[in-house]
Amino acid sequence: MAILECIIEVKARVQLTTDKRATIDEVTDHDEWVKVMKINWYKYASPSNFYRLAGKLVPMFGIPAAILFVVGLYVGFFVAPIDFQQGDAYRIIFIHVPAAWMGMLLYVLMAAYAGIGWAFNARLASMMATSLSITGAMFTFLSLATGSLWGKPTWGTWWVWDARMTSTLILLFLYIGFISLQAAIDDRRRADRAGAVLAIVGVINIPIIYFSVQWWNTLHQGATIRLLNKPTMAPPMLAAMFIMLAACWLYSVAVVLARLRCIIIEREQEAGRVVPATAAATEFSGMESV
Amino acid sequence: MLAWRRRADVLATLFFFVIVVSLFPLSTNPDPQLLRSIAPGVVWVAALLASMLSLGRLFANDHVDGTLEQLLLTPQPLYLIVFGKVFAQWLVSEVPLILVAPVLGVQFGLSRDTLLVLMFSLALGTPVLSLIGSIAAALTLGLRGSGVLVALLVLPLYIPVLIFGALAVDASIAGSNIQSHLSLLGAVLILALAFAPWATCAALRISLE
Repeated sequence: MAILECIIEVKARVQLTTDKRATIDEVTDHDEWVKVMKINWYKYASPSNFYRLAGKLVPMFGIPAAILFVVGLYVGFFVAPIDFQQGDAYRIIFIHVPAAWMGMLLYVLMAAYAGIGWAFNARLASMMATSLSITGAMFTFLSLATGSLWGKPTWGTWWVWDARMTSTLILLFLYIGFISLQAAIDDRRRADRAGAVLAIVGVINIPIIYFSVQWWNTLHQGATIRLLNKPTMAPPMLAAMFIMLAACWLYSVAVVLARLRCIIIEREQEAGRVVPATAAATEFSGMESV
Repeated sequence: MLAWRRRADVLATLFFFVIVVSLFPLSTNPDPQLLRSIAPGVVWVAALLASMLSLGRLFANDHVDGTLEQLLLTPQPLYLIVFGKVFAQWLVSEVPLILVAPVLGVQFGLSRDTLLVLMFSLALGTPVLSLIGSIAAALTLGLRGSGVLVALLVLPLYIPVLIFGALAVDASIAGSNIQSHLSLLGAVLILALAFAPWATCAALRISLE
């Protein structure tokens, strides 16, 4: 319960901080400002503290994800109208498009976390990057698999050497490189940092790879959803797409945090620190280390 | 130029390149029309694979006998040392490939102008291969099975070089404009020259701490 209270307190203070930030120029109440800033953010940079916070967050994201998956699939499969060109086959996009987006997004996120872990020597951030890499690879693979399933009835072929498919395939290779590099290094610290260098080099390379493949060959249909233009899809289709996107997003958070908990236990045990699971018994007395 | 003492390694890379390229006519149809159309890709892929062979030697020997740690401790900037090592590696194992490429091109029935384009694109592209490869070589220093791992890390990053290089030769065969592809290849080279040694330095420090 203490943790829940703590989360609520942090949330309240964050609210306070954002409120204050708006008025800070006018008020310049320095003492008040200092007091607001004194939340111990570093507390959650400690893996054992974050372990417990993550334990609370996993169901908070996991349950809405499950609900949204069900709702999104229902809207996508039963409510959305049949496409006049592609028939029912188009419905696979409700999984394909969110998976492709998540695959790209998670790579950038992974590189960012790896970079933070490297620059500030924060091992929690590096663990986060390791945890993200597997979910990201899974989504990338999913988008390729669903894409080829969709391609068969629509284009009449499982695979075309088209720009976007090829660049997604290369993204999958980059994920595999990151995962296998980390798996090959026994020393965790070195594995984290080596992974960070590779991920950052990959991020610099992604635009170059993307455009090179683009100029090389293109057949894939252009993006249908743009921020500024009016969408060219039927509203239920769009709704299903965004519900599925939100579901994938929440699912990623939940799964990444759950995996992060496992990684924390694994590594802290190796390092001879207190394992949060066993420390739970002493949680009420506020003990962090033996 | 110490690498010259181990001529066998250098020649092995070169012969690997020649053999891989020669395998393609044997495995496909030796129809001159077909050979001409696959030649750019074949030569470039073989160059990619051959350049990967020599990456293992870039830092490994110095790492084993401790020279690399001494190099890290010298007052000279590590950037320059890395740059020098990569340049030497390129000179020893990539320049022979560029020189032998026209001979292979003749086997594939390429015209004289195309051969020049092929050499020029290799001259622009192979330094990038060495530079990017040095990052992976530094990252995998002293690991088990690092050879396969280097391939896994480096090949996806080689793709832009492969595409622009092969497209330039393709365009030359088709008689269209080659300048844009070569300019892009040059741009990739400049980017790699600026950033890759820096990343290699960081990777070396991580591997040796």
